[in-house]
Amino acid sequence: MSDALVSPAVGGALWLAAAGVARHAARRLERDEERRLPLMGVLGAFVFAGQMVNFTIPGTGSSGHLGGGLLLAVLLGPHAAFVVMASVLAVQALFFADGGVLALGCNAVNLGFFSAYLAYPLVWRPLAGDGRSSPRVALASIAAAVVGLQLGSLAVVLETRASGLSSLPLGPFLLLMQSIHLAIGLVEGAVTAVIVLAVRRARPELAPAETGSARAVVALGTAALVAAGALSWFASTRPDGLEWATARASTGAPPAASGTVHELVARLQRATAVMPDYDFKGAAEPGRWGAPRAGTSAAGLLGAGLSVAFVAAVGLGARAVRRRGSRRP
Amino acid sequence: MSPVESALAHLGALDDLAARDTPAARLDARVKALATVAFVVVVASFGRGDALRLLPLAAWPIALGALGDVPWRPVLLRLVLASPFALGVAAFEPLLDRAPALAVGGLTVSAGAVAFATILLKFALALSAALVLVATTGFDAVCAGLERLGTPRLLVAQLLLLYRYLFVLAEEAGRMVRAHALRSPDRPRPTARVAATLLGQLLVRTLARAERVHAAMRCRGFDGTMRLVRQTRLSRADLAFAAATALLLAGCRLVHLPAAFARLLTP
Repeated sequence: MSDALVSPAVGGALWLAAAGVARHAARRLERDEERRLPLMGVLGAFVFAGQMVNFTIPGTGSSGHLGGGLLLAVLLGPHAAFVVMASVLAVQALFFADGGVLALGCNAVNLGFFSAYLAYPLVWRPLAGDGRSSPRVALASIAAAVVGLQLGSLAVVLETRASGLSSLPLGPFLLLMQSIHLAIGLVEGAVTAVIVLAVRRARPELAPAETGSARAVVALGTAALVAAGALSWFASTRPDGLEWATARASTGAPPAASGTVHELVARLQRATAVMPDYDFKGAAEPGRWGAPRAGTSAAGLLGAGLSVAFVAAVGLGARAVRRRGSRRP
Repeated sequence: MSPVESALAHLGALDDLAARDTPAARLDARVKALATVAFVVVVASFGRGDALRLLPLAAWPIALGALGDVPWRPVLLRLVLASPFALGVAAFEPLLDRAPALAVGGLTVSAGAVAFATILLKFALALSAALVLVATTGFDAVCAGLERLGTPRLLVAQLLLLYRYLFVLAEEAGRMVRAHALRSPDRPRPTARVAATLLGQLLVRTLARAERVHAAMRCRGFDGTMRLVRQTRLSRADLAFAAATALLLAGCRLVHLPAAFARLLTP
């Protein structure tokens, strides 16, 4: 996910959910953090390097890459896995312009949450058993990686859709994402199995600490997810989709989306509009700003030029401040 | 320089910029981190047709970069490297949405083309803000700021160690690649079988070194918190910066700035 595709409502809701889970996970880990910190750091670096090998999925704004969430969960346990994944994504957002600051919550949920809190306890642990038999570990890793990535890519589609910034049709988008991530899941499962078996052979003492019953972990995970879903449902007013629909409706074309939910949300938005969208309302009425008329468009060009001048002036001003600041001792 | 070494230099370059003493580096990390988040939220809050209104927001990363004397090239380079994602999303917009939105001269611009520009602008603004934050603050200081803002200590320690171990991992990988090249000069790339062994070895070796690094850090008194020499009390410059950021963000969000500019010139 990228910042360019996330609306503040969706990004903020998932940020809150991810922060809540990370906080809980960090608290659960405080006890044995000393022993595990180096392992967590190294695996984080490892997963980071693995995620650098990525490719763009055309037309969706998402990238396909190995997730690594399952590997972390198997080697570290779900709580540590989530914390490590969150830190990996934060460094990527800050240093490599991958993902983004606002999309961080979405990405932590997509890549970390599903693998660590759902695929690992529900698929990997029952299938792998005690983890001593190589074929069972391989099977469990592939199955759990596929499940985790399918859920994650489904979440990407839903988040993009709920943000309403991309006009991709839902069906092809879903089909493309799920099939690509099926292939990635198979590769990721195989890689995970190879690494898990190698580490178990070389350093058998590194098995994760018992994280309590799987049921408690799943319950916590599901609760957080439901909360995030409810939160984004209420928060996501889908301003663009909505106003798009009203704009279409006013020009005679059939509205793209309508219904009681949208009306309710629209009323809610009007009542609670902290940041009302002025210009879209203007766009619906001819003659106002943004309408397809040569006169206003020329004004638009002028406005764009003046905006660039404004930006340049602010930049030059800041540089002058720096020069003056550095001359002072 | 081997590819691994150049990748390392690439990673460290942004962080190193923050070590210099500039007005931007002297600002409090908490203020800059919060301002970055607010900026990204405001950028994301604009809709599909708002390309024009996003333009004045570029003043924020440019001003912070100018205050911190951040060179253009490394920031632009990272934006270009990451741009395939944004281009991938945006590319279909002009094809999917052909409703006319603007007319410039005799040329009609479709709503899809406007959405295309909007997505690219949002991408560039949000990511350059994050990059400039690191280049003017440094990763250690960002982490320290996050901790003082209430991030769990373990998560902050994990962030710091992850960053530190990236270098350990890359150095270890560079050593193994060189060792492999010396032993099999006729085959520059390892076969899949050898690569799998190398990967497992890399993990185990990096872990062993990381444990030594961590033990050494503990011996020298590292307890998971970062201690910075720079003062961390809010200064007048911090307040001025916060006020200027708030003014710009509020102005861009509440007022149609380009239209207001245009109205100033045309009666």
